[in-house]
Amino acid sequence: MTEESAAEKVVTVAPGTAPRSRRWVGVATTLIALVLAFLVGAVVMVVSDPNVVSKFAYFFSRPGDALGAAWDKVVLAFGALIRGSLGSWGAVTETTAQATPLICAGLGVGLAFRAGLFNIGGQGQAIWGAIVGAWIGFSLTGVPMALHIPLALICAIAFGAAWGGIAGFLKARTGAHEVISTIMLNHIAGGLLGYFLITPLFQMPGRTDPISPQVEWTAVLPRLAGTRLHVGFLLALLAAFAVWWLLERTTLGFQIRAVGHNPHAAETAGMSVGRVTIVAMSLAGGLAGLAGAQMVLAPTLLTSYPPQLSSGIVGGVGFDAITVALLGRSRPLGIVGAGLLFGAMKAGGLTMSAEAQTPSELTALIQALIVLFVAAPKFVTWLVPALRDRRSARPASAPKSKKEVSA
Amino acid sequence: MTATVTDQVLRLEGITKRFGALTANDSITVDLVPGRIHCLLGENGAGKSTLMNILYGLLEADDGTISIGDRELHLTSSKKAMAAGIGMVHQHFMLIPVFTVAENLVLGREPGSFGLLDLGAARKKVRELSDRYKLDVDPDALVENLPVGVQQRVEILKALANDAHYLVFDEPTAVLTPQEIDELMEIMRALRDEGRAICFITHKLREVRAVADDITVIRRGKVVGRAEPSASESELAELMVGRAVNLKVDKDQPQRSGERLVLEGFTVADHAGHIVVDHLDLTVEGGEVLCVAGVQGNGQSELAAALLGTLPVVAGTATLDGVDITHAPPKQTIAAGLGFVPEDRQRDGFVGDFSIAENLVLNRPQEFANSGNLKLKDISRNAKERIEEFDIRTSGEDQFVKALSGGNQQKVVLARELSRPLSLLIANQPTRGVDVGAIEFLHKRIIEERDRGTAVLIVSTELDEVESLADRIAVMYRGGIVGVVPPDTPREVLGLMMAGIRQDEGTEEASDD
Amino acid sequence: MTATQTGSLGTDNVAAVEAGQDRVQRLSTGGLLLVVGLLLVWAVFSSDGVARIALSDAFDAVQLPVIPLPGTVTVAICAVLVLAAAVAFLANRGAGRVRRILGILAGVAVVLGFVTWVAAGSTLPFTLTNQLRGTLAVATPLVLGALCGVFSERAGVVNVAIEGQFLTAAFAAGITASLTKSLLAGLFAGVLAGVAMAAVLALFSLKYLMDHVILGVVINLLASGLTGFLFKQLVSSDVGRYNAVPIMPRIAIPLLDRIPFLGPILFNQTALAYIAILAVPVSWFLLFKTKWGLRVRSVGEHPHAADTVGINVVWTKSASVLLGGVMAGLGGAYFTIGSTGAFRPDLTVGNGFIALAALIMGRWHPVLAALMALFFGFVTQLGQTLNPLGSPIDSTFLLMLPYVATIIAVAGLVGRVRGPAADGQPFIKSS
Repeated sequence: MTEESAAEKVVTVAPGTAPRSRRWVGVATTLIALVLAFLVGAVVMVVSDPNVVSKFAYFFSRPGDALGAAWDKVVLAFGALIRGSLGSWGAVTETTAQATPLICAGLGVGLAFRAGLFNIGGQGQAIWGAIVGAWIGFSLTGVPMALHIPLALICAIAFGAAWGGIAGFLKARTGAHEVISTIMLNHIAGGLLGYFLITPLFQMPGRTDPISPQVEWTAVLPRLAGTRLHVGFLLALLAAFAVWWLLERTTLGFQIRAVGHNPHAAETAGMSVGRVTIVAMSLAGGLAGLAGAQMVLAPTLLTSYPPQLSSGIVGGVGFDAITVALLGRSRPLGIVGAGLLFGAMKAGGLTMSAEAQTPSELTALIQALIVLFVAAPKFVTWLVPALRDRRSARPASAPKSKKEVSA
Repeated sequence: MTATVTDQVLRLEGITKRFGALTANDSITVDLVPGRIHCLLGENGAGKSTLMNILYGLLEADDGTISIGDRELHLTSSKKAMAAGIGMVHQHFMLIPVFTVAENLVLGREPGSFGLLDLGAARKKVRELSDRYKLDVDPDALVENLPVGVQQRVEILKALANDAHYLVFDEPTAVLTPQEIDELMEIMRALRDEGRAICFITHKLREVRAVADDITVIRRGKVVGRAEPSASESELAELMVGRAVNLKVDKDQPQRSGERLVLEGFTVADHAGHIVVDHLDLTVEGGEVLCVAGVQGNGQSELAAALLGTLPVVAGTATLDGVDITHAPPKQTIAAGLGFVPEDRQRDGFVGDFSIAENLVLNRPQEFANSGNLKLKDISRNAKERIEEFDIRTSGEDQFVKALSGGNQQKVVLARELSRPLSLLIANQPTRGVDVGAIEFLHKRIIEERDRGTAVLIVSTELDEVESLADRIAVMYRGGIVGVVPPDTPREVLGLMMAGIRQDEGTEEASDD
Repeated sequence: MTATQTGSLGTDNVAAVEAGQDRVQRLSTGGLLLVVGLLLVWAVFSSDGVARIALSDAFDAVQLPVIPLPGTVTVAICAVLVLAAAVAFLANRGAGRVRRILGILAGVAVVLGFVTWVAAGSTLPFTLTNQLRGTLAVATPLVLGALCGVFSERAGVVNVAIEGQFLTAAFAAGITASLTKSLLAGLFAGVLAGVAMAAVLALFSLKYLMDHVILGVVINLLASGLTGFLFKQLVSSDVGRYNAVPIMPRIAIPLLDRIPFLGPILFNQTALAYIAILAVPVSWFLLFKTKWGLRVRSVGEHPHAADTVGINVVWTKSASVLLGGVMAGLGGAYFTIGSTGAFRPDLTVGNGFIALAALIMGRWHPVLAALMALFFGFVTQLGQTLNPLGSPIDSTFLLMLPYVATIIAVAGLVGRVRGPAADGQPFIKSS
């Protein structure tokens, strides 16, 4: 991977401000990508369902059977998906709960994108957040809640930031490409988590499997009773606003965006590209660390306690975060929206697998497809020619200079 | 020479090419006649390169025909162009740096059977051609290790290896020393005398007059005239620009106010550790313009970068108004009063995806902020004032800089750098790729800055620019200064100095001519 | 900034100082060696007893002696060697070549010292043949995956999707072999799946100009989602039918397998291992000795230059990426039909990324990348081999070593890595 080009390249997928005239095309492209992804998902679901497939065996004698079965299957599964995410107040709060870490980690990836950095390391950073958040959660006892929760969150953010900062530091000082170093750091963090869980420091007394003790109730994020709406979701919204303010309204954000768009010009203008890189990666890591902490401190529905720290605790949040950031086009508001969408899909996926016997992995597939189509707008415009750039068809208007294009 | 390679005329007729709203080529007709050198003369962005990319099959024309003799060509790929005997020496060399000369030469038409690569045959071919045209190229050298002049010869060999009858040279002289330019012209003449048709694309009037048999002038995508090689430079310039041009800048004698920038034993290494500026001693006084002349790649750009603080200084000192800035990073040199106009503005000068307003405060956002929070109104007001002052042609201060023309982009850069008091202005190739109208404006502003008492250091490879701006000229060659001479030094002397021959010897040789 | 064309200065007269990066690299290598050397010094004090290195295991045709190594002395010698190398690097002593040899010696000393430390005093010997044979098996998919990366990235398409290619191929190979009871069919299906994923990579990167790294991440997610879904929906519904995967037998090559020591290591492996070994020289030959290889490398370095001499850039890139897909497909098949049999979700557990690491540490060269893959395989296997000896270090840390090594490598501490110049850049005809 060439070091120089990578930064500029990434920016192309994380556009700052598109000209207003082109905005609706962006929105339309995203919507079409969504529809397309669900369509493909539906096809995969139908052709891999033995019941439906058996009806296709006699498709030519009674096509109605096969098509009917396929339609029923799709309605059942997607219906369950919607019910599970939006069907009731409980479902909606499940969506917000699932969206919370996605938004925070997504902000981490998005912020890094805006600095021209591709942070694949959300996974490792979130793992550190979970490790530290859980440890403070279960090892400190007798601390008041007003102290315990902030302490756990701040330490989790700090460790996430440090883990992200390593990649930033390596990039700034040695030019090590952050894509490679964060991938490797993910695996190291995962390995360390597995190791910690069999040490006395972390392992639940009396257990032989790798699992930690339950966190103290003083460290559990408060929630609206009987639902899954918890303080973490508000923190996620707050974080989104903070990131927006940082990027659009502060000198640091100005520098981050400048470095993201053109590190050479930023350096020539006196900015320290290395410092901005380290700061941006640390902030990104901190946000992912927050996401990880939320996963071990947010109460579950039944027990009203969070899940205990285990080796798979953060799932694939780091990779989900990439999809969230891409769908949200690296803008805080977009990331909140994308986080809610994917959170809803996760929430609904559980219902779908229970009610329609369709494995929840389908949502992971659809999620990947959405991002594939969103990140390849050329593919969508190829499918839907109406979205193509109209400006070439109207030769009279454009104020563009001749010199630029023909040079 | 009597041997004729071909006797058919290559004709581009009525070529039209549009990019969106822009018509880059508007019904252009050009004939390439065997045994003649045809010059295509035009400013940067006039549409010359577009035309040649169409001829070489890299772009498809919207309208018009290309034919050889009576045969019409459909050049949809460079492969077809090559098959038709068209060869091209590209402005940005189309060579693969990590390949050897032989590998580059045969790429795309490799010798060998059963899919195997026969590099022995490739080497032989390089030697044959190189001997035949006396080009002296080592087939096993890696291209990235060759001097630019030799790389260009490899480009020429590539075209000849394909037996090109119609050879296009796209702005070939930009990176060459005056001596290398002379050698190139000799090669072009030799190829012409063999009966090949040569198309020479340039914006340098002097070269056109030296070598052309036919001249076609292009402006804004249209053929605006044809001229004889005997036409005077001012006639050609007027045709090219569309109005009478004042090539000289009006300026008074410099009011020198004493040394501001002092370099002693200044030595710079590039990122690979090569010494690129070698024990340089130089001073620039307030109120004067010192031009660093030289062929590209002799350390001028690295000198400028090291003064800004983006390349490491390995020995010596630099002081600005008595303050040591030798190892200061850009943030500090800028704070010390250094204004910097970089060589490659697309890369270093501005953020294309930022608005004009944002770019105008790129080097000092903290001055437009209140404890870290940007004052958007101040940024916007500043932008309106600068746009007015520097006559930046734009739809508004929110427009992205990447959407501006080259000249207006450069105005944005200069407006940013000149909108605060400076001790030293460094401008590297300040008018490269800029149209003539903007050049006059930019030169005027630079002289105004000089008259304010600022020390001005200009790096330029264009002797025209050096002559019109400089109060003193320092010629650089291989990282060192060959000599510092007055602005009225004859061009021949400067040319020899640029090739590393010291001024006293240079004067003698020039007077021998 | 503007480090324009130092080439034009020529190389004859330019004196060179030690570039900042070289200095950092030298000092960091020295520092790293110093740390490891000091660790070995510490290990000297807990290396009492004799470490026994077995050169053959009980089943080998030719039984070789067990070499006893005195623990303390061996580790001490190794420690001294490593420290000597550290000093040479830190003090900038010795010519480049001498230092390189010292570095390699130090590397060997680190491994030997470590193994001796672990095995010292243990009743069981460290079976070198098992270690090396296991290395080859573990490294089989890594070598193939690294070659996949070589073909893709030499043509300028960044490939972080090796993991996804592995996973899809493992799934396809497993399910097909289970349904048909034919290993060959399974292998073929694996290759097809690898090529299919490569086709997605080629299509979206080359035609729809999607960012290569993002595309790679998405392909990995796609592969994980697709195989995970199909596994739950289809495979779990009838495990006997879909997931009773036959496993490749080891094939002993007659006569050669009777060579003492080397025979059991090299010539008693699965067909996939032989394929992997053969694929290395074949790949090298294709890339560096054929016309096609020259063109592949040219489109990865400077696609516009290739375009101007009439090479079809997009086709050339696609072909190379697809050939890489064949390699990844073979490598992926290893995870089901080549080793454990049944498919389970995400069973490739990061091997694709280790292959990527090998590719980078091997500097995009097929032979070097394969050697790096072997090294990573060696380390992974070391955890296995040392386990019964009562290793004082948790095998987690050995499993992490490839990742740490890669970070050290990309940070330029062990040598500058320079990939194909246009790797990852979109090719838009005539800009």
